[in-house]
Amino acid sequence: MRLLGQIATRLISYILVIAFGLTVVFFVPRFAPNDPVEAMLAKVSSQGAYMDAAQADALRASLTDAFGLKGSLLTQYWNFVKRIVLTGDFGPSLAMYPTPVSQLIAQALPWTFGLLLSSTLIAWVLGNFVGLWAGWRPNRASSRIMEGLAILVYPIPYYILALVLSILFSYIWPIFPLTASVHGAPWSFAFIKSVIWNSILPALSIVLVVFGWWVISVKAQTTQLAEEEFVRYARLKGLGDGRILTRYVLPNAILPQITFLALQIGLMFNGSIVTEILFEYPGLGHLIYMAVIQGDYNLLMGTISLSIIAVATATMIIDLIYPLLDPRIRAR
Amino acid sequence: MRSFKLPKIGSFRLGLGLALLAIFVVLGLILPWFAPVNPLTWYKSPRNQGPSLHHLLGTTNLGQDIFWLLTWALQNSLILGLTVAFFSTLIGVFAGLAAGYSGGWLDRVLSFFMDALLCIPSLPILILLAALFGGQLSLPIVGVALVLFNWPYPGRQVRAVALTMREREFINVAWFSGESRLKILGRHIFPYIAGWSAANFINTVLVGIATETSLAVIGLSSAQQATIGTMIYWALKYQALLAQRYLWVGAPVLAIVLMFISLFLISSGLAIRSAARRIG
Repeated sequence: MRLLGQIATRLISYILVIAFGLTVVFFVPRFAPNDPVEAMLAKVSSQGAYMDAAQADALRASLTDAFGLKGSLLTQYWNFVKRIVLTGDFGPSLAMYPTPVSQLIAQALPWTFGLLLSSTLIAWVLGNFVGLWAGWRPNRASSRIMEGLAILVYPIPYYILALVLSILFSYIWPIFPLTASVHGAPWSFAFIKSVIWNSILPALSIVLVVFGWWVISVKAQTTQLAEEEFVRYARLKGLGDGRILTRYVLPNAILPQITFLALQIGLMFNGSIVTEILFEYPGLGHLIYMAVIQGDYNLLMGTISLSIIAVATATMIIDLIYPLLDPRIRAR
Repeated sequence: MRSFKLPKIGSFRLGLGLALLAIFVVLGLILPWFAPVNPLTWYKSPRNQGPSLHHLLGTTNLGQDIFWLLTWALQNSLILGLTVAFFSTLIGVFAGLAAGYSGGWLDRVLSFFMDALLCIPSLPILILLAALFGGQLSLPIVGVALVLFNWPYPGRQVRAVALTMREREFINVAWFSGESRLKILGRHIFPYIAGWSAANFINTVLVGIATETSLAVIGLSSAQQATIGTMIYWALKYQALLAQRYLWVGAPVLAIVLMFISLFLISSGLAIRSAARRIG
């Protein structure tokens, strides 16, 4: 029963967080000095299209409608919430008219999701392994070197690492593609191969940084846990190192990491946006960038709203998984 | 004050980090005053020079001296990071103390805002702001936005410390012996919070500089001012990599990597110290 109560509280705070985030997104353009409608009109006329006053007014009116800027602030807000929450419709994209924004997002989302999920998982497995080993024998030279490397890599933002990797492996020693370009029929072998090939550098930049963090924190946890009574008991029982580490130490060492991961998702997403832009990787971050460059207001509002919803949802899922992994909470 | 022995790892990290940071303080806060010319102006030096005695790191294709440009960039990035960290820590400490110490509805409201802001990714909002401010954000606006997103980190931690503090014996003793609330806060609680806040402060400097850099690398921060991120942006924009001018991109990239390592060493060193003090 208590668990149900916790889940309900978490769901309510999830809804409130999204409401808060979307409210911020709604009000930012209304307080910004540039009117998106006038900016679009200026763009249209700068491209050499001649309009008389009546045509300009008609265009202004239809743009105001398309951007959801018609009516009082309250009606606009209501329409904005209704559009996003109830229908998931962000209107048509202007740069790629009449493709709906939601379709563009649906195409980009699996890329970002796949990149972040696979690189986090790889880093998690490697980082746990190395961190456990380094923490179990903290005074060995190899443990010290691993921790030293982790400390050197962890503070570097993904996109800086991405830049370093692309300088090294796309310019100086050109073995990986500079920017992502995918070819082949959907889900054919060639397609999958080119997806992986194109994702290696962006993924590697995320893997290295996240790996650094896991090594640092799992090592600290393991060193502390190695002193605990139950570990000494296991050792006296004559269990081998491998079994003690995986069965006794690991389950205790990873729990604090999960809470930390929940707090990091926002920052990880920030990092992946810039990495995607630098590698022209066709994910959500790149779509946001295209929206800014092309002044595509609907696409901008849609992608930004969706990134807030995505990050809040991922954080909530991790929070909800946590009790399943921690038997002390589950039992209550 | 009780004296305590520093754990060895913490003090080594702290020393190394501070030594590295000292280099950046000299480069970024003192040297810019000695720049022979304004490194932002074009064609003051010959274009596309390699490193030489005259131009330590060479020049850009617009005839800017890369070394002096880097010192100016470091100055702007450091000042931005320090300002953001100062105000975030200030707001965070007060909000955290208020929430943890008073409890009740104030705690609930403040905690909600802290948790909500932590869940919202800051870069998309900054990109939205930049797009609507005509494609670029000036440094003060970036600073204000960063403070809004970063005060919850120190806030949450101070709140947690304040919560455990309320239950401690010596606080009750002070309370019963008639000390005022303010005095209890200042004399008994603050020393505990100071260590964590120092670690948080340094960490916020890092996050602040990193976020501005990410905005600048994609060309959405101020183009009028030099920061590490804008240096990288222009170098990439003018195809420094294709021209094999690796020093032009490499200098700001290396600078930011070393600066972040030093800041991380300092903040984790401080955190290890605070953890040791809490046990002792």
